[in-house]
Amino acid sequence: MEAQLQELKTQALDKITAASTVKELNDVRVAYLGKKGPITDLLKGMGKLPAEERPKMGALVNVVREEVTTQLEGRMVILEEEAINQKLQSETIDITLPGRPVKTGNPHPLTRVVEEIEDLFISMGYEVAEGPEVEKDYYNFEALNLPKGHPARDMQDSFYITEDILLRTHTSPVQARTMEAKGGEPIKIICPGKVYRRDSDDATHSHQFTQIEGLVIGEDIRMSDLKGTLSVFAKKMFGDDREIRLRPSFFPFTEPSVEMDISCFKCGGSGCNVCKKTGWIEILGAGMVHPNVLEMAGYDSKRLTGFAFGMGPERIAMLKYGIEDIRHFYTNDVRFLSQFQRTEL
Amino acid sequence: MLVSINWLKDYVNTQQLPPAELGEKITRSGIEVDAVIDRSHGMTNIVVGYVESCVKHPEADKLSICQVNVGEETTQIICGAPNIAAGQKVIVARPGAKLPGDIKIKKAKLRGEESHGMICSLQELGIEGKLVPKAYAEGIYVLPEDAETGSDVLTNFDLNDTVLELGLTPNRADAMSMLGVAYEVGAILSEEVQLPEISYKEASDTAASMLTLNVDAPEANPLYVAKVVRNIKVQESPMWLQQRLMVAGVRPHNNVVDVTNYILMEYGQPLHAFDYDLLETGNITVRHAKEGEMITTLDDAERKLSGHQLVITNGEKPVAIAGVMGGADSEVSEATTTVVIESAYFESGSVRQTSKDHGLRSDASSRYEKGVDPNRVIPAAERAAQLLSELAGGEVLAGSVVFDELNKEEKIVKVSPDFINSRLGMKISFEDMWDILNRLKFNTEAANGQLVISVPTRRQDIQIPEDVIEEIARLYGYDEIPATLPEAETTPGGLTPYQAKRRIVRSLLEGAGLLQATTYSLTSEKSAKQFALEETETTRLLMPMSEERSILRQSLLPHLLESVTYNTARRMDSVALYETGSVFLKGDDELLNEQEHLAVAMTGLWLDNSWQGEKKPVDFFVLKGIVETLGTKLGVQLTFERGQMDDLHPGRTAFIMLDGQRIGVIGQLHPTEQKARDLKTTVVMELNLAALLNIETAALLYTPVPRYPSMSRDVALVLSKVVEAGTIETVIRNAGGKLLKDVRVFDLYEGDKMEEGKKSVAFSLTYFDPEKTLTDEEVINAHEKVLAALTEVGAELRS
Repeated sequence: MEAQLQELKTQALDKITAASTVKELNDVRVAYLGKKGPITDLLKGMGKLPAEERPKMGALVNVVREEVTTQLEGRMVILEEEAINQKLQSETIDITLPGRPVKTGNPHPLTRVVEEIEDLFISMGYEVAEGPEVEKDYYNFEALNLPKGHPARDMQDSFYITEDILLRTHTSPVQARTMEAKGGEPIKIICPGKVYRRDSDDATHSHQFTQIEGLVIGEDIRMSDLKGTLSVFAKKMFGDDREIRLRPSFFPFTEPSVEMDISCFKCGGSGCNVCKKTGWIEILGAGMVHPNVLEMAGYDSKRLTGFAFGMGPERIAMLKYGIEDIRHFYTNDVRFLSQFQRTEL
Repeated sequence: MLVSINWLKDYVNTQQLPPAELGEKITRSGIEVDAVIDRSHGMTNIVVGYVESCVKHPEADKLSICQVNVGEETTQIICGAPNIAAGQKVIVARPGAKLPGDIKIKKAKLRGEESHGMICSLQELGIEGKLVPKAYAEGIYVLPEDAETGSDVLTNFDLNDTVLELGLTPNRADAMSMLGVAYEVGAILSEEVQLPEISYKEASDTAASMLTLNVDAPEANPLYVAKVVRNIKVQESPMWLQQRLMVAGVRPHNNVVDVTNYILMEYGQPLHAFDYDLLETGNITVRHAKEGEMITTLDDAERKLSGHQLVITNGEKPVAIAGVMGGADSEVSEATTTVVIESAYFESGSVRQTSKDHGLRSDASSRYEKGVDPNRVIPAAERAAQLLSELAGGEVLAGSVVFDELNKEEKIVKVSPDFINSRLGMKISFEDMWDILNRLKFNTEAANGQLVISVPTRRQDIQIPEDVIEEIARLYGYDEIPATLPEAETTPGGLTPYQAKRRIVRSLLEGAGLLQATTYSLTSEKSAKQFALEETETTRLLMPMSEERSILRQSLLPHLLESVTYNTARRMDSVALYETGSVFLKGDDELLNEQEHLAVAMTGLWLDNSWQGEKKPVDFFVLKGIVETLGTKLGVQLTFERGQMDDLHPGRTAFIMLDGQRIGVIGQLHPTEQKARDLKTTVVMELNLAALLNIETAALLYTPVPRYPSMSRDVALVLSKVVEAGTIETVIRNAGGKLLKDVRVFDLYEGDKMEEGKKSVAFSLTYFDPEKTLTDEEVINAHEKVLAALTEVGAELRS
């Protein structure tokens, strides 16, 4: 019986080694260790043995069974791992295939520029003020020190609807309205919006365009405050190493009036095609609020002073992104619009 | 304003600054120099030639063979100009000469004849054709007989010069004259200004003996000066004068007209010359025109006058439109022997209106419009008399005929140095301020700590202390202003709830895959009302530039759809755009009711993931889903009502409702409209964004996360095709009681397994009790009521 047992063990171990799949190995398990298997049979047959042999024989059978079991489990680990590996192998995908597209749109480049400017000034304590695009002549011109017949009205040929109503030619009427509404109190606002002028559309002109203007009124507001504010703006918008310079200019609603240039962000000031070899790029117009404008809105110009500035997001976007034709902003070619997706931070 | 530096040097020392440097200084201190133009254009080797003989080329009709003395030799040159003739002094570009436009002159053979150089027109020297005197416009320029043969033309013609092109702002009318620019440059460089010295001999007869003057409109014409010059010989002006006019952008005509234009450029004071004999009456009367009175102006146009327009008359009929243009009847010609020179002050508003009425802007009107210097009217008349006697051999009659009620006093502006520094945020010393005012030639006194400044009448832009601050700051240098920030109390900045919500709407739409577009507010009559949500009158511009841009839009969709077509025409088949912007409706008051709208237009594929077999074209429900999400995000309950709108698919259109109000429309374009716009299936939406954003949103309060499970029951119903799912959903919700938490459509079947005219809609119902776990019995009870209600409305349960 012992020999039979050894024979059985050898056979079982051979079959375990020979099994190449989990299923085959399971068959071996059933064949040798199962309820109907030979080892079980042997154990069942123990009853026929003499009583004194039983313990020895029982121990022997158990040793064999344990060894077969250990070998089988060891083999099982290996075969299962192989099986998993095989499955993984068969599940391998081509990771170079494109991902499932996530649809995303993006803001218009002008919105992008306007919001960047809004956020910058909001962080400096400004509110955003808006107003109608169809305006009264009074707010668009007269309240801004441009009485009827003023020669500077020629600067901005306008679309009139009636004698007294027109499409606003700048966002300055929002300033006039805000001043009137604030009744002599300090102001810190930024005013973005669409404006309209009688220009034929071409690469550099558009009868509709956008503007963003700022107005600060308070006690002891000085021209140096204007320069400092614009300097912060230029650095945030165009880079920390930007310098600004002010040049005298003229706007009827400010006195003194200036135009602001920034050192060229492309060449740093040495001269290139962006700055037309001058090293400087004109960015905006500004000035100290004209006392007539303050007085007309009910401010005491002896007590409160202010500054204002205005710029064109189209121009800024064209400079920043190197866009050559203003009409791109209004054609809505998706090949143009979708380029303003990614961040520049 | 075009400023010749050589001419400028007559009045002010420019310190031999290189032109670009001078230009930069002018720009940095106040007047923008737009361009610095080198008049020599790098030309060389151009001399005065004397045409000794000129014969026709035997082989070519239009060519002449000329023997030209060029100083050191006589050489043969072939010339094609029609006006070439023997005995002329001409401009010769010698072999090796360079001309503008990179032209190099070489010896050449023309039809077998040698040509050693070229006889030039003024255009070939870089002068604009419209400035070349008419006599020479179609051929070569003929120099005066006394031009020295062989001498350098660039020197003769003053072409070794640089022109500064000034971009003048409307306030700096003073710089519309050479003298004005001289004062500006003098202030910048601390140099004195030399005014022209005026002296001439007068005849014993007086001007008043030949001419009488009446001014009937003293408000519009407070100063009128007339001088009479007789025995003049009208002819071509000397070369220096022609040259200076051409530099300034004025075409030379004859010596009389040229003198008036020269003084216009020099003094900024417009002058006009009348032929005395053609005036006929020996009288000048300034008055307002009679309504409908006619005049033929110098440009040969017949013009009808109105009562508010000022005219110069001979006492009977108009001979000039005051300050705008002279009349043809009294024009100076070669036959003229006696001229009347007018120098006057016309009120700016009157000239501007008249010039606008007639669409006529002249060098004169553009100066009057901005206001001329009251103290230059008389000197300019004297200067004209001097030049006419020098250049036209005229005899100036003694004195002038004058009407003068003009205030010529200087404006006094008082300002304290402290005030100046406090407004600028600077510390400019009193001495520096004093020096700057002195350089500007502003007579200044110091009294009680104040600067008392007499502003010269040429600077009418200086009216108030702030104007003086600017003068001081710009000449002190804007670079010297420090950079500070306002010291006032800081205020919290930010967006209004409306503005913040608008940004939320944008980012939601962009997150959903839409690109933001911007289109024009002005549109055509045809597009103005298409897809408009409200029926109101349209608003038209008084003077549109084109019919395409003549009306204010009442909806965003027409232009947005044009943008979609623009893209699909360029083979971008899937387009999803949105726009926010104002539409313009007739309002209650004179201003329009501007409503901010949101519009979306989509066409092509919504989902395009073809290699995984996912492809979904846009349809009504894609867009409806976006609108629904928008409502959720903004915390408002949007509902949809079947509706109809022109140019939308009658079966696929709904109105978007908010609190029972119609605030928008959503639908698929009508197939006819799609075809007209060259589009495939396109869905659109437009809503009144303002109505949506103006709703005050309720505070956000958390609902406890459910602690008990919910149970769901599905029902598949057979319905008539015309019954809408929404109707059935309402029936279910009403019958479900408070345990019914949610109802959702999860299947729709309209295929051929259904009976004709029927469809199957399956709903998933969720029951839930926040207080405890539901029992089967409770759910069955609630569900039974739902089923009963469904049966009542004729919905069969699908087996």
